[in-house]
Amino acid sequence: MRTVLDPTGERRPATRELLPRPDALRGRTVGLLDISKARGDVVLDRLEELLRADGVRVLRYRKPTFARPAPVDLRHEIAEHCEVVIEALAD
Amino acid sequence: MQLPDGLVAVVKRDCPTCTLVEPVLRGLGAAVWCQDDPDWFDGDDTGLELSYRLGIETVPTVLRVEGGRETGRVVGWSREQWEGLTGAAGLGPGLPDHRPGCGSLSVDPSRVDELEARYGDGLASRRVALADLEDEHEALFDRGWTDGLPVVPPTPERVLRMLRGTTRDPREVVAVVPPDLVACTVEKVAVNAVMAGCLPEYLPVVLAAVEAACAEEFALHGLLATTYFSGPVVVVNGPVARRVGMNSGVNCLGQGNRANATIGRALQLVVRNVGGGRPGEVDRATLGNPGKYTSCFAEREEDSPFAPLAADRGVPGDAVTVFAGAGVQPVVDQLSRDPESLARSLAACLRVNAHPKLPMAFDAMLVVSPEHGRVLREAGWDRARLLAELDGLLRLPAGELVRGAGGMAEGLPPGVEAEQLPKFRPGGLLVTHAGGDAGLFSAIIGGWVSGETGSVPVTREVRG
Repeated sequence: MRTVLDPTGERRPATRELLPRPDALRGRTVGLLDISKARGDVVLDRLEELLRADGVRVLRYRKPTFARPAPVDLRHEIAEHCEVVIEALAD
Repeated sequence: MQLPDGLVAVVKRDCPTCTLVEPVLRGLGAAVWCQDDPDWFDGDDTGLELSYRLGIETVPTVLRVEGGRETGRVVGWSREQWEGLTGAAGLGPGLPDHRPGCGSLSVDPSRVDELEARYGDGLASRRVALADLEDEHEALFDRGWTDGLPVVPPTPERVLRMLRGTTRDPREVVAVVPPDLVACTVEKVAVNAVMAGCLPEYLPVVLAAVEAACAEEFALHGLLATTYFSGPVVVVNGPVARRVGMNSGVNCLGQGNRANATIGRALQLVVRNVGGGRPGEVDRATLGNPGKYTSCFAEREEDSPFAPLAADRGVPGDAVTVFAGAGVQPVVDQLSRDPESLARSLAACLRVNAHPKLPMAFDAMLVVSPEHGRVLREAGWDRARLLAELDGLLRLPAGELVRGAGGMAEGLPPGVEAEQLPKFRPGGLLVTHAGGDAGLFSAIIGGWVSGETGSVPVTREVRG
């Protein structure tokens, strides 16, 4: 873990802000990330059906294991190809 | 941590005196911590936390502890002192009477910054942990802390090292920085100076520049917010400039000198990060100028026809002067060998500052090079004489300045009663001396809106 000192006036939180949510999903590319827990595919399959019916382009991704963070290459690929990502687990 | 009562010692296996006194320490039943070998004695201080907290400078150090508090201390080996501390007699019978110790690892220059960062209580800035998968350089860009060029990551160790460049308290407030009007401490300046690439010895100059740029009359908020080109230009005077390796000579307004480049950049990073003045947000410059990355040089005081700029402005010795500069315009005159002719060339070029038809609207800084300076020096012209001559040459006929004159809409509104108007307000033209030995050129650094409605140059002492 590397630590740096905040060079700012510390008026903003140190965490990065999320991008604003899009107003609508039609015509956008949504990534569905299965974290590899059992039956996650059930909820994601249904989500894909609903999204496609709304005119959304859907790409599917899967983490190798739910026990670890997504590999950097996978995160990079999702960031490159998708405008929105839905990460889902189901137990 | 709570120290055990009795005798406590800190040793290092690499120290011959420590190995010499090993049997004595064991015989005394002291609680011994070792700095470089966790298995030598019971106590492991390879992390050096205990050594740091106890302020150990020499090994061996033996402490007497009563009720958890230190009541006595000896360093190195001295039979007499050890017997005095422990109350035992006849210690180390085969040993010499006296043997000096070795340096403690906790004061080793390569370790002390890390220890101070970890165990000291000196730094107040929020600590930001970077994730393992983050590239540390990209992480700093991502957080919006840079000017677009790479910065040195401001680790606590580096910031502590930077703070050794000044005797000032890290918590002392240097200035209130626009536009967010944030009280900026010496420590925050140091954080940004690290990022800019400064060495610790530059820090006093950076602190003075921040102080000067945040003075009310410099109007930093407006300077930042303006659509105009300008940003702070820092001119350094006094022995400090040479001592820290600043450039006042060849290419001094250009690239390549670390002190010039990073001192000016540190000021800009303070404005950006502490003050919140970011381009495209409060900074609304239409075009800007490359000097908004950094603009800083030292005045060439040797062989100058002029007294040092800061001294002429009432601050002799080490000082900075900040000026709201908008970029460098060349003045070429390779033929004038008398000051009258040279002054006319300088005046002709100064007249177009911002616009040839706008008088008293924009300040300027004239940077006279050594070859032009020689012409003035040999004729005995000092700064006041040159300014007086330029003032006479820069009286502009009002008829040439009114709107529409010369087929240009820009100009003064009708109704100007005076026949002539000065190009510069009183005090609106600064004159400095800098540059390489060769070249019959000088430079005009155009200024910004001047005087009470704009920015007034500010000079401040550089303090240690």
